[in-house]
Amino acid sequence: MFEITEKRELAHLVKLLKIRAPRIAKKRKAGQFVVLRLNEHGERIPLTIADSDAEEGTITIIVQEVGKTTAMLSSKRKGDTILDVVGPLGKPTHIENYGTAVCVGGGIGTAVTYPIGRALKEAGCRVVSIIGSRTKDLLILEDEMRSVSDEFFVTTDDGSYGHHGFVTNVLDALIKEGMKIDIVLAVGPVPMMRAVSEVTRPHGIHTMVSLNPIMVDGTGMCGACRVTIGGQTRFVCVDGPEFDGHEVDFDELIRRNRSYLKEERMAMEEFAYHEGPRCYEKRGGA
Amino acid sequence: MDPKEIKERMKIPRQPMSEQDPAERVKNFYEVPYGYTPEQAMEEAKRCIQCKKPICVGGCPVNIDIPWFIRLISEGKFVEAARKLKETNALPAVCGRVCPQEDQCEKVCVIGKKAEPVSIGRLERFAADFEREHGEVAIPDIPNWTGKKVAVIGGGPAGLTVAGDLVKKGHKVTVFEALHMPGGVLVYGIPEFRLPKKIVAAEVDYLKRMGVEIECNAVIGKLETIDELLSNGYDAVFIGTGAGLPYFMNIPGENLVGVYSANEYLTRVNLMKAYQFPQYDTPVIRGRRVVVVGGGNTAMDAARTALRLCPEEVTIVYRRSREEMPARIEEIHHGEEEGLKFQLLTNPVRFIGDDEGRLKAVECIRMELGEPDESGRRRPVPVKGSEFTIDCDVAIISIGNGANPLIPQTTPELRLNKWGNIIVDPDTGRTSKKGVFSGGDIVRGGATVILAMGDGRRAANSIHEYLTTGEW
Repeated sequence: MFEITEKRELAHLVKLLKIRAPRIAKKRKAGQFVVLRLNEHGERIPLTIADSDAEEGTITIIVQEVGKTTAMLSSKRKGDTILDVVGPLGKPTHIENYGTAVCVGGGIGTAVTYPIGRALKEAGCRVVSIIGSRTKDLLILEDEMRSVSDEFFVTTDDGSYGHHGFVTNVLDALIKEGMKIDIVLAVGPVPMMRAVSEVTRPHGIHTMVSLNPIMVDGTGMCGACRVTIGGQTRFVCVDGPEFDGHEVDFDELIRRNRSYLKEERMAMEEFAYHEGPRCYEKRGGA
Repeated sequence: MDPKEIKERMKIPRQPMSEQDPAERVKNFYEVPYGYTPEQAMEEAKRCIQCKKPICVGGCPVNIDIPWFIRLISEGKFVEAARKLKETNALPAVCGRVCPQEDQCEKVCVIGKKAEPVSIGRLERFAADFEREHGEVAIPDIPNWTGKKVAVIGGGPAGLTVAGDLVKKGHKVTVFEALHMPGGVLVYGIPEFRLPKKIVAAEVDYLKRMGVEIECNAVIGKLETIDELLSNGYDAVFIGTGAGLPYFMNIPGENLVGVYSANEYLTRVNLMKAYQFPQYDTPVIRGRRVVVVGGGNTAMDAARTALRLCPEEVTIVYRRSREEMPARIEEIHHGEEEGLKFQLLTNPVRFIGDDEGRLKAVECIRMELGEPDESGRRRPVPVKGSEFTIDCDVAIISIGNGANPLIPQTTPELRLNKWGNIIVDPDTGRTSKKGVFSGGDIVRGGATVILAMGDGRRAANSIHEYLTTGEW
């Protein structure tokens, strides 16, 4: 059993949870993830570790309600427990002094961009951050991200805050202004990571993306998370989660992530029905 | 035994074991065979002529004293029989169900030369079930702690055997299991209808009561390395991490939605209980028409699992002929009874999807058998121009597993073969790294539960020797 020691709302439907997991906290590096299972009937889902505190023995995850499991996780309170947490899984982000590194975070993806940005900063990189969301209320970790950045940009799709537009508009502008960029690390919704990769491709800028496919065991045993990278099948759980954005077959990833849409909807409806008003109320705001 | 008595015993026919009716069982996940009644078991046990030099014992990878436990059954001493079994086999209720006895103990049984061999497997299963169901499971005396600690990586058949053997010798043992439940392939791979999970749980519980500690959610290589285990108080390490990454065929369309590895499909249904979705949260695509690629026991398990999820049709596609299928004959037979179809001498060439990237068909080619290959089986060769398609919305690839890289990546001194499997001394299970032993599928590639247990038995003996003498 893994205890939740802290819970905060970061944005609408986005929660930060600190979980007591001392051994994972001690080992975890930027870019790695955990697989968790809430209860005996639960599914196993992967979530990136946003932060950890080895002294306190906790890891931080950031979760957005998109289905039954994430809704249940979001409804947990301080002192509640999670049945299984396993990690740290996946290869850590390769950190070195690249020179100028642009960290792009889209939506909840900023939760992953932040520890990477911090590690790059500590390694001596000049960190330029671009974070974006659909609207101001959905923006997360703005202060944290700003604190590790030499240059910092915010975008919202609806113009309610920062630059009106997408993270790629800012990235494109920086490239056109002649900024010498040594690496781009982008984490966010798959269409965003694809768009970032397309912006950097013509300029030959090395671009890494962090993929979040469906997983079961998370240790290489099942192959649910397979993706096509440069024409080769790779397993995100052991070969990733970070890959060269110019080699990822994003269309395939999007299709595979939709494998269980029907079942997910069914589970969510059933859950909402049994949970009653609390859940309807919460989702009513969506 | 005098010749007259032997003659009498030879007259007893092999006792059949009753089973769920195929039409009925294909709609549920309950176990297929019902097991022997005490009367049937005693009658079958009488068929054993108690050879002075029993060759069946040599046919068993863990060398169970077969005539002894069978004699106890024939005398009605069922609990004693179970305890006799457990002296050499920590998981008799499992082995009685999943061992390929027809290729091991029963293959060499002398009765089998004249008639059908003694049903050693069914008797093993009977004794273990009787003891458990009658609440008579006794914990053997455990000697005082030797002061030594052993880390076992992987809670599958190999690891559990090592743990049981070493704890009985007075060592402290911790099993590190990556999944949320111990049992390895016994819980994620072998289906409920072939091996009920409560039986695995009972056998794991027996080990815990003997003092084995089991830590789940512990991925060694990530959470801790082998070197860290060795410097944090463990005197020896056994690596029994099992089958690794599933092989795919590297043909077009393999990543379409609806194409699964057998590992994923079986894990979803068995371990995560997707057959009870939405009571359980893990989904699986049930499919209308299912194709399973491969001819081994895992392919049969996947196919028979698929049949129970009520599709219109489940077809095995296998590139050689029936004679070459590595699956147990009993499993093929059970599958046929349940309505499984076969496309033999057939190999997939590509998977075809719809606009949304979901599987809708598989294109196959007919094969013919040519000259024998290095495995001694005749090599399948494609027949030009024989391509045809099979409509399907689920395909399950069951063509074996490669080695998992997580432990070798963080343990550079481990010597591996060209497939990434750990190289060990076959008699002792010793790896190239001092204090580290290994066995089971991470060494063998894909094999059976009992071979993994045999490896565990040998490794446990050699770990004990190492811990006692300190000699490597």
